[in-house]
Amino acid sequence: MAVAAKDLTKDYKYGFNDGDEFVYRAERGLSAEVVADISRRKSEPPWMLEFRLKALEHFRQRPMPSWGADLSGIDFDDIYYYVRPAEEQGRTWDEVPEGIKRTFDRLGIPEAERKFLAGVSAQYESEVVYHSIREDLEKLGVLFCDCDTGLREHPEIFRKYFGTVIPPNDNKFAALNSAVWSGGSFVYVPKGVRVEIPLQAYFRINTESMGQFERTLIIAEEGSFVHYIEGCTAPTYSKDSLHSAVVEIIAMPNSHVRYTTIQNWSNNVYNLVTKRAIAKEHSVVEWIDGNLGSKVTMKYPSIYLMGEGAHGEVLSVAFAGDGQHQDAGAKVIHVAPNTTSTIVSKSVSKGTGRTSYRGHLKVYPKAHNVRSSVRCDALLLDEQARSDTYPYMDVEAEDVQIGHEATVSKVGDEQLFYLQSRGISEVEATAMIVNGFIEPFVKELPMEYALELNRLIALQMEGSVG
Amino acid sequence: MSESPVAPDRLEIRGLGVAVDGKQILSGLDITVPKGQVHALMGPNGAGKTSLGYAVMGHPKYQVTAGDIRWKDQSLLSMRPEDRARMGLFLSLQYPTAIPGVTTVNFLRAALKGQGKELPAREFLKLVREQVAALKMDQAFMSRYINDSFSGGEKKRMEIVQLAVLRPEMAILDETDSGLDVDALRTVAEGVNRVRGDGMGVLIITHYQRILDYIVPDRVHVMAAGRIIASGGGELVDRIEMDGYDPFLLEAGLEIEVGAAAAAPVG
Repeated sequence: MAVAAKDLTKDYKYGFNDGDEFVYRAERGLSAEVVADISRRKSEPPWMLEFRLKALEHFRQRPMPSWGADLSGIDFDDIYYYVRPAEEQGRTWDEVPEGIKRTFDRLGIPEAERKFLAGVSAQYESEVVYHSIREDLEKLGVLFCDCDTGLREHPEIFRKYFGTVIPPNDNKFAALNSAVWSGGSFVYVPKGVRVEIPLQAYFRINTESMGQFERTLIIAEEGSFVHYIEGCTAPTYSKDSLHSAVVEIIAMPNSHVRYTTIQNWSNNVYNLVTKRAIAKEHSVVEWIDGNLGSKVTMKYPSIYLMGEGAHGEVLSVAFAGDGQHQDAGAKVIHVAPNTTSTIVSKSVSKGTGRTSYRGHLKVYPKAHNVRSSVRCDALLLDEQARSDTYPYMDVEAEDVQIGHEATVSKVGDEQLFYLQSRGISEVEATAMIVNGFIEPFVKELPMEYALELNRLIALQMEGSVG
Repeated sequence: MSESPVAPDRLEIRGLGVAVDGKQILSGLDITVPKGQVHALMGPNGAGKTSLGYAVMGHPKYQVTAGDIRWKDQSLLSMRPEDRARMGLFLSLQYPTAIPGVTTVNFLRAALKGQGKELPAREFLKLVREQVAALKMDQAFMSRYINDSFSGGEKKRMEIVQLAVLRPEMAILDETDSGLDVDALRTVAEGVNRVRGDGMGVLIITHYQRILDYIVPDRVHVMAAGRIIASGGGELVDRIEMDGYDPFLLEAGLEIEVGAAAAAPVG
């Protein structure tokens, strides 16, 4: 855990911090008192306090995962579980405390909002400090607010779905999130409403040794459509932070939910996230998941295809630089017949970076006529770089069509030479090859994000080749 | 070559030795190609023709063990491939490499930019469109990933599109004719003829006379066993066409290996 901050800041342009910006911070460490304190400060109903305390018990009982990435560096007693950055949530950026506003300015959020977003939520530490949604969407009944507000102002919808996709005892980190969750997004799209412009949430950790535990719940009613995008960054510290989110999606019949993540945490953040969607009849759920930052990421977006004809798609990119381990993948569970799924995973390992693809494809006996294709491509940029694939398939039905392809390649001497022989420098040639490799992912992103991602890759390449 | 008041730039290779993975491929090779001329380099498989192209362009696998490669009176040996390209050198590959995810148009833009020859967007697109059309290729190739799932012939045409867009001063064309049917061969040859001239020297590496019917060489070199064993005018092409390489090998005191042509590992 004692890595020199200097090493971590290399090439990471979001590593600045604002000094301490908070109005309240809970004691370090985790206890029933801290959990009750969070609940009390949020004036939650008793059922939520009970939910949290039960989750805390689950968290304590469960062992650390013995598989996957090395999590031994996490010291649960050294983390701040709740930091309130401001008294009030802003509806305009002017209402946001100056220092925090400046941070989001530097991250380009207000600008992006003006240009191409239908709604924006900005979370700083434990709370959403800024929130907006276009009026026309609000009039159509679209709800987009932080989860605390969802609980307070829309209790009937909230309670019906909260914790139903990912119960608190699902895994150790889902239990932790359930105990101390704060902020995140609550999205509700009424029947037949199509939100054509993306909604975006932006998550920022500022304090050292901070734990961010946002909670996101998305409900898409019949025939609706929504595209939700999340981005995240943190300052670079020598001590590690923990980000452990839970994201639940419920896609009602014939609805379509697309969830895009560009995770760009600094290299001192443990990013341990549980994401799961339930897809009803003829609905479509897509996880577009990009992991560039963090020290360790463990994240396997999953889709339960519960209704006939539902379709699930997980398209992911992981980029592991020096000292990073991206343990990512996908889970698709075919419960209903005539369901289809596609998993495409692209990973790039550079320096001592390590990527793992961990996949689980399950087909229940009654899920006949299932079609699924899994494709994992890994690209290694250096001799020490490492990539592993753990595809797990559990097929109990008979008439299924499943395709699985996996490739591992190195940035080829021949490709490099070809580009260089045309006058392109080695660094740029490598970036071109990497960007080409992840092109199937990038082309699914809104243009602004695609450009940003290409730029980040180019940045990662600089000073690393030749 | 006659002495003119100002001698043209020339690619000058003297006593060149090249090894790949410790195995000597070229040794004692001499050749000079001035700008504005077309030279043909012919020879059986395994003679080292392709290796010469790679060595000139600076492929890291082709280690120069002796001699020098000079262009515009500068030694290229310490230069990276991109530096050589920026000095006006170009190598059309026998088997061009695919770069999945990188479109032809982006590839060309990056190449021009890399060589400091960037054009305004409109001009650039116009140029590429014209050259793609001139090589009788569909405009859709511009947005396809470079060489990815191209047929052999399409790759060769795309190399010539690049030649026409990048306008080098010295181009080495490595078996640009192989695998092309008669019509495609003519299209490709015409493409080369359109861009060459006083400002460009061309070294055509080939097995066959065919392409030389379209692009008439000023000089012909025969290569075997890693060096030039004969040089002359167009009459050498006729001799090769008639009698093959054996007489040249005998004259050079080289052994004629039965079946060597088919089994040679390095072209």
